[in-house]
Order: sequence, then C-alpha cells, then structure tokens
Amino acid sequence: MPESPKKPRRSRDSVANVLIVAIGVSLVCSVLVSASAVLLRPLQERNQTRFRQQIVLEVAGLYEPGADIDALFAGIDTRLVDLASGDYVDSMSADDFDALAAANDPALSVAVPADLDIANVRRREIYAPVYLVGRDSGPEQVILPVRGAGLWSTMFGYLALERDGNTVRGLRFYEHAETPGLGDQIDKPTWRSQWQGRQLFDAGGALRIEVVRGQVPPGADAAHQVDGLSGATLTGRGVTNLLRYWVGPHAFGPYLAKLGREAEER
Amino acid sequence: MTQARKILLDPLVDNNPITLQVLGICSALAVTTSLLPALLMCVAMTTVAMLSGAAISSIRHYIPNNIRIIVQMTIIASFVIVVDQTLKAYAFETSKQLSVFVGLIITNCIILGRAEAFAMKNGVGMSFLDGLGNGLGYSAVLIIVAASRELFGAGTLLGYRVLPLASDGGWYEANGLMLLPPSAFFIIGLLIWAVRTTRPAQVEHPDYQIHEVHRTEVL
Repeated sequence: MPESPKKPRRSRDSVANVLIVAIGVSLVCSVLVSASAVLLRPLQERNQTRFRQQIVLEVAGLYEPGADIDALFAGIDTRLVDLASGDYVDSMSADDFDALAAANDPALSVAVPADLDIANVRRREIYAPVYLVGRDSGPEQVILPVRGAGLWSTMFGYLALERDGNTVRGLRFYEHAETPGLGDQIDKPTWRSQWQGRQLFDAGGALRIEVVRGQVPPGADAAHQVDGLSGATLTGRGVTNLLRYWVGPHAFGPYLAKLGREAEER
Repeated sequence: MTQARKILLDPLVDNNPITLQVLGICSALAVTTSLLPALLMCVAMTTVAMLSGAAISSIRHYIPNNIRIIVQMTIIASFVIVVDQTLKAYAFETSKQLSVFVGLIITNCIILGRAEAFAMKNGVGMSFLDGLGNGLGYSAVLIIVAASRELFGAGTLLGYRVLPLASDGGWYEANGLMLLPPSAFFIIGLLIWAVRTTRPAQVEHPDYQIHEVHRTEVL
C-alpha cells in the first residue's frame, strides 16, 4: 500500500540533505552501538572469565556439565610464577592478574628474541599464572596458559601437565580463529584425547613434543607425537611451536625443571 | 485491523520468506543442527527485523534515494551489533555456538529485502508488524528444520533425550547425515514441496517452454 508523500520531496536528493541524513544516521547509530558495547562489557567480561575457568577445569578433568564453576574453581590454587627463575611470586595477587594485559605492558613484559620466538608471541609477561590442582600434598597437576600463532589467528589455550612437569594430561584452546572444518578440529574431543600421556621431553631432556603430519608412526618417538589434522598442517605446526615455546627455556622451562626435581624428591 | 492481521500472518505460510521467496537459506543451514541455537537465532533475527523495519520506516521520507541502501544497511548493522552484544552478555554459551551467524544477520536477505520492499513505503507500525511477521515466518521454518535435525541426528530435543540411542543401549541409531549441512537442504526442500502441494498458487510457472521444431518450420 504505497502512500502519497506527505513531506515535500524536492529537497530529498539535494547534496545538503544527503549529508544531513548520512551524518545524522551515522551519529545515532554509533551512539547506539557504543552505548550497548560499554554498558554490556562488565557482563561479557564476567562470562569470558567463567568460560576460561571452565576450560581450565575441563583440561584438568574436573569439570562435569552443569557443575558449579565457581565452587569447582575454588579448589584450584592460582599462583604467579616468575618465568625467568621459575619461582613462585607471592607479592602480587594472582586472582586479578591479567596475563594478556601484562604482556602488552612494557613494565610487566619482556620482548622475545626473534630467534626464540617460534610461536610469534613477540612479548611475554614476566610473571605468568599457573593453576595447581590438589594443593595439600603438593600439586597433582599444573595447568599452564599457552598461546601462539596458528594459521590465521593467535590461539589461546591451557596445557595440563602431571606433577613431573613432563607428562601431558590435556590441551585445550579457548580462543582461536582457525579454518572452520579443518584447523578448528583442534577443539574436537577425538583429537584432544590424544594428548593425554604424551611426554614433552625425552630422557635426555630435549624438547620433543610435536604434532606430526599425518599419523604418528610407530616407534620410540610416538610418546612425544600427536596425529596431525588433514588439511590443517599449518595449524598443527602452530600448536607444536606454541607448546615448544611455552614449555621451553624462555618461558615455563625453568619452572617445569623445578617441578620435576620436586616430584622426584617426593 | 484486517490489514495488520494480513501483514502479520501472511509471511507465516502464504508468503513465507524461506519457502516461497527462498531467502535467508544460508543461516537456515548453518544454525539448525540443534534446537537451542536455532531458537536464539530466531529471536535475534526477529528482533532485528522488527526494529530495523520500524527505524527505517520512521525516516523513510528523509532518506535520499541514492544512498538509501547504505542508510538501511547502517541501521540494520547497528541493531545487529546491539543484539549480538546483548546475546554475548546474557546468553554466552549459546552465542558461542552461533559464532559469526548473529553478525551475519546483517547480510540476511530477508531483512534488507523487507526494508527495501516494505519499510521504505509503509508506516512505522505496519513496518514493525511486517518485521515481526517475516521474523516469525523465518522462525517457523528454522524451528521445524532444527527440531527434525536434532531429533533424528542426535535423538534429543533441546538437549533432552527423546529417542534412546543404540550406542547407549537404546533402539535408535542416530542418523549422522542430519547433523551435516546438506540435510537442512533436504528438509527445506521437502517443506517447500509440502507447502506448494497444499497451496498450488505458490508453484512457479516455468520461465520458458521448450517446444518441438517441426521440419516444416523455417528456422
């Protein structure tokens, strides 16, 4: 039902009117968009935090669907580690520590030398959080935050290790933008389940963990290797690199070495 | 009020944006593997259709002709962002499953189509109702597709077990094809067939007819 124009139409297509409408619509819309973004941010950030906590619980094998995340997470001890020395830092509160913000803060981060920066991290935080499970008799397992470049995106995840600092319990990513259907298979339970029991280092202490191309060939190296994802060779290489960087000497290496010595003494 | 009734109810079956106009198919394929994300998508899409229809209609006398599509897109995009942000704040889990598809409502042909075809020519109230009607028409199809895909693909509805799976000791063998995108094509195709059988007026006439050339005819 087209209606007869009520308003005078002659000025509608004039340059002045085009500018007025374009600017007016843009202003109103931008106010609308920014208001919703600003007003809803606290809620969204709380959701993000809870989601990350859920992933930590999942990678530790403590999460069941429908469980109370806050209650479960209270059983996990969050500590800060000085990455260079591998010692715990108790002078700062680990609960509110934002490692990603710290990595962008020149006072709280160091540049990664180019020859060591296999995961394209660029800057890493001086203090990093670790999550300890089972605090009474020393940690049963430790969960480390890891991140690094995949094919398209930076992948963010958590690596759960046994208390020897060598045996993997699980690896999960909570944020990435890898190719849907190919690289994003790193989220698939069948692929994730292969990580359990892999060894980061061999008997000589060399860093061996790797996502291979195709299937893991049988042999002594199989303890360090995980099947590649077909069509996602570069994503797999990214996972290898980010693991090797974060458990390597420039990141959690010193901490893991200490953890291994403590586990042997016990 | 018969006019309003017609605008609201027509898009449900008689002028359904998916089964008659075959618009908005892309998101109908992507978000219908289970019912919950599909429901959320319906709410998001209907909200955007109503608000953008009303907003565009309210300034339709001032929108210059040569930038009208851009103005419509700006308004639609703004509402989509607002809806997306709201979902991320209040329905975080499900919005993660919907991932980019809420953002892609911007390019949903139904919304721009209704803005250009209806909201630019009709009053605010009617455009609002038209958005609601088309949103509900889209939702009806999405819910049917998602319910059948989740039921036959996973044996559940909204996550509750309806058909006991053979792998858990029940009798139902889950049909994995239902969880893959092509199954949405099949279901929508069957829906279109069903609707056009009961309402033959919707059947499209062939664009041209091949007629036999006889030897006596000069080419």
